[in-house]
Amino acid sequence: MAPISAHTVLIVAAILFVLGLAGVLTRKNIIFMLISIEIMLNAAGLAFIAAGSRWQQPDGQIMYLFILAMAAAEVSVALAMVLQIHHQHKTLDVEDLRELKD
Amino acid sequence: MPILFYLSSAVAIIATIMVITRYHPIHALLYLVVSFLAIAMVFLSLGAPFAAALEVIVYAGAIMVLFIFVVMMLNLGKETAAQEKDWLRPAVWIGPGVLTLVLLMEMSILLLAPPQRNVAVAVVTPKQVALSLYGEYIIAVELIGFLLTTGIVGAAHIGKQKKKSLHRFLQA
Repeated sequence: MAPISAHTVLIVAAILFVLGLAGVLTRKNIIFMLISIEIMLNAAGLAFIAAGSRWQQPDGQIMYLFILAMAAAEVSVALAMVLQIHHQHKTLDVEDLRELKD
Repeated sequence: MPILFYLSSAVAIIATIMVITRYHPIHALLYLVVSFLAIAMVFLSLGAPFAAALEVIVYAGAIMVLFIFVVMMLNLGKETAAQEKDWLRPAVWIGPGVLTLVLLMEMSILLLAPPQRNVAVAVVTPKQVALSLYGEYIIAVELIGFLLTTGIVGAAHIGKQKKKSLHRFLQA
């Protein structure tokens, strides 16, 4: 069986990242935008794992661990903000949240 | 195992496409769980069993539970799905979709050009990861601990429902 090429893994990671980017750009609901950001972070972690597997070093998995912890901290703060926004504005539409503009 | 890798990455990509096109938040989250499980399978086939276990436990477990709790607390249901359907018209998604597709094609051309290197099938064991993590990366581990602590405190502070207290002259 042919072994896996490192570039194939990186292309899969790039496809997942681009899908997440398209989700962030097209959606207007904050929850869907957060989901897309999770997809992008996960794709970055996949690229790190691929690099660690290519060089047979544990560093790739360690960077993945840091991305994981960062994603957990980010999502807890962001979801608390979503709850607060829904409490105060009764909407999740990003176009209605323009108080910082003026 | 290459066949395992190709199969699970195809599942991951299809599930992710379903995530960003669903209207109902819970459907999107369930497809996202499928996508995370498929990516855990990819990690396993790349020889990273520890990362695969963490992907299932932390991403598909903890982070998804947070999302589902918030969706249930906000009671997002059929109205949200209808609203999303209204917002997600082709005029909205064609522009960003084409632009990101161009970026993806550039990236693919760059990746396909140089000589291909193969991923070795040998496994990087959890023991190696742990020795490196608590050896040379110990400062980063402590910084991540700080970050998680600030995350907890920040979430508790932001999520607190403050009662609005007006002066008695301002009360209607």
